Amino acid sequence: MVNPMRQWWRQGEPWIWLNAAAVAVCVLMILGLLMLISARGMSHFWPRPVLQVEYQQRDGGTVRFLGEVTDREQVPAQILRDNGEAVPEDVLQVERLLLKTGNRKLTGKDFNWLLEPRIMAVDMPADAMVVERHEWGNFYGFLLDILQDGQRQHLQGEALTEALKAKVELAQTLYEQIKHIEKVEIGGINYEMERLRLKKRRHELDGTLTSEVLQQLAEEKKVLDARYAELEKARNVLLEKSNHDALLFRTADGREVTLPTKVVVRYYQPNTMGFGQKVRHYFVKLWEFVSDEPREANTEGGIFPAIFGTVIMVIIMSIIVTPFGVVAAVYLREYAHQGLLVRIIRIAVNNLAGVPSIVYGVFGLGFFVYAIGGTIDQLFFPEALPAPTFGTGGLLWASLTLALLTLPVVIVSTEEGLSRIPKAIREGSLALGATKAETLWRTVLPMASPAMMTGMILAVARAAGEVAPLMLVGVVKLAPTLPLDGNAPFLHLDRKFMHLGFHIYDVGFQSPNVEAARPLVYATAFLLVVVIVALNLLAIYIRNRLRERYRSLEQH
Amino acid sequence: MESSAAQRSTEHNPQPGVAMEARDLRLFYGEKQALNGINLQLLDKKVTAFIGPSGCGKSTLLRCFNRMNDLVDNCRIEGEILLEGTDIYAPGVDVSELRRRVGMVFQKPNPFPKSIYENVAYGLRLQGINKRRVLDETVEWALKGAALWDEVKDRLNDSAFGLSGGQQQRLVIARAIAVKPQVLLLDEPASALDPISTLKIEELIAELKEEFTIAIVTHNMQQAARVSDYTAFMYMGDLVEYGETSLIFTNPVQKKTEDYITGRYG
Repeated sequence: MVNPMRQWWRQGEPWIWLNAAAVAVCVLMILGLLMLISARGMSHFWPRPVLQVEYQQRDGGTVRFLGEVTDREQVPAQILRDNGEAVPEDVLQVERLLLKTGNRKLTGKDFNWLLEPRIMAVDMPADAMVVERHEWGNFYGFLLDILQDGQRQHLQGEALTEALKAKVELAQTLYEQIKHIEKVEIGGINYEMERLRLKKRRHELDGTLTSEVLQQLAEEKKVLDARYAELEKARNVLLEKSNHDALLFRTADGREVTLPTKVVVRYYQPNTMGFGQKVRHYFVKLWEFVSDEPREANTEGGIFPAIFGTVIMVIIMSIIVTPFGVVAAVYLREYAHQGLLVRIIRIAVNNLAGVPSIVYGVFGLGFFVYAIGGTIDQLFFPEALPAPTFGTGGLLWASLTLALLTLPVVIVSTEEGLSRIPKAIREGSLALGATKAETLWRTVLPMASPAMMTGMILAVARAAGEVAPLMLVGVVKLAPTLPLDGNAPFLHLDRKFMHLGFHIYDVGFQSPNVEAARPLVYATAFLLVVVIVALNLLAIYIRNRLRERYRSLEQH
Repeated sequence: MESSAAQRSTEHNPQPGVAMEARDLRLFYGEKQALNGINLQLLDKKVTAFIGPSGCGKSTLLRCFNRMNDLVDNCRIEGEILLEGTDIYAPGVDVSELRRRVGMVFQKPNPFPKSIYENVAYGLRLQGINKRRVLDETVEWALKGAALWDEVKDRLNDSAFGLSGGQQQRLVIARAIAVKPQVLLLDEPASALDPISTLKIEELIAELKEEFTIAIVTHNMQQAARVSDYTAFMYMGDLVEYGETSLIFTNPVQKKTEDYITGRYG
């Protein structure tokens, strides 16, 4: 008679259960992480109701707040009592809620903690309006009227709504036009002027600053100046136009406030929005988040420059690291004599993968930025000195540093791919009169290409999420320009750039307005995950295309 | 051709009818000697079979004829092998050119992960031949030569891995003959195949000897008897006996040969 328990044990059932449990825990952890960051991050864009709260102050007077509840928490009553709060003895915990009241320009703060017991009354006024502004954060209030050149128009109801819509749309159009002139056209002229200045300085340094050159430069400058003056005039006309209209608001505490329409990004009345409108609002905000530039010290607006910087850096890094890694692996595996030296090199390469990434950052700063970049500046950009061109952190150095960081991954995976190719294939090629190099080019390397792509995928995955070294070699919290624009040579490898990983750190922990930034930390983290997954999927797609062609290899 | 004719007069006078000749060929793997002074001629447009027990050095000898042993670490070769009177181990010999002239087919089919067409055209492309018309003609000629054309002519652009083992081996033979070598070395070409495919390969060898000098290593004595004109029996790195196949199999001179072919050991 077999003991069933013993039988169960001998057949390895416990191990199967153990393995399954481990997998389940991993899956749950990943799902939990994704759900947390997506729920916390993505809910930020959903319009929340605006509450009007009557609040009793400590001195007995009441004050009225208007805002959205962004957080709730329990506070031990004892702490409040220690602070001189009158809390009944039998109460252990007091709820307090965080109200985003905006109107920073008026009150000096965006958020207020309100203690639950002191809240006298709460209601949701239908006409409460939220105004997102280009500066100074959100505004909460009740629209009273529209001002034209300072004159009240005495509009009511439907007419007021219509007029508001028209005025804000006009202001937004003007804003876009002004921004285009300032950023693109005047930006381009500034770029040209800087080039002229550098050209002049260059001639000065070379001792070739003849009167002819001076004259030519002066003429070019004149043309630019003329264009600049023209643009400035056009801009001033638009500015003047946008100064006419203003909105008159009453705040919760009864003050009347005038907001010029040109500061309005968007306005909405969340308490009267239907579900469809809310969904629409949500996607508009989401789109703004991924496609727009940041405002308000990165706590409002979008993070497009960070997405762009991350993606372009990873692409440049892949372009650098893949050929280097492949060439190194081919030499190590195919040509080098497999002796002690090669074994030491291989161990060293493998260990490089374990070096903390900040060490690479330090190396990048010392070697790439200061040594190489500084030398490049002295040799090729003396006219710009003492302002550094390549002698400071920038896209190129960040990409190079990350390429160095991910080089071992590519080497190891390519070597593995090369060693998996059957000897028979190489011999078959050699027997047909191919040289070793021809065999490599025509047969071995194409067959190893999926392995190279695997290396690249791992490199991309590692590089896209890296932050620490980047802080030293070129990532900044706010870059004025993208590294890719319409001014020749279009891709500016010397420019500093923004990065999603660093953005998370900056918004979450360096921001002056931590409460406002917290949901953005989650949203940005979620987006970073999405970007990395997208980059990986792209690489996997390419690899599978390649593998399809050499699929047969696996059958042998 | 000019230069080889000149070399011919300065070096050795090849005997007519001899394609390749090994002279006192000794091969060492490190300290261990694997071939003990082999003297042997491969006759032009004849099939020479190498038989002998496993590890006797017959494959090693075959790989000497196109210097495939160069790829093996610490392998050392003494003596010489003549191809048209020129020592292929002399310094300055272009190994790629040698391997083009002395083709080889291995035990296991080893097609490249390319289309059937590109497999056959591989050697031609190596020589810089990229003209579509020339390639088309040669591929068709080679596939017909390897008795594969009728089976694959409608799917030349399909992957070579879609073929059966026997077809793959014939494809590899087509690939080898496409570069028009003088000598074709076959290293147990049918050992990984089923009987019907083996038969096809054997029939193919009989046809190929019209145009090529063939050396074949085989474990199968019936096969050696069926396909070859000459047979070399090797044992422990020595060439024990070499002569016309009919004589070797019916009236061997050496006792060892007789023992082996009658199945007393090996």
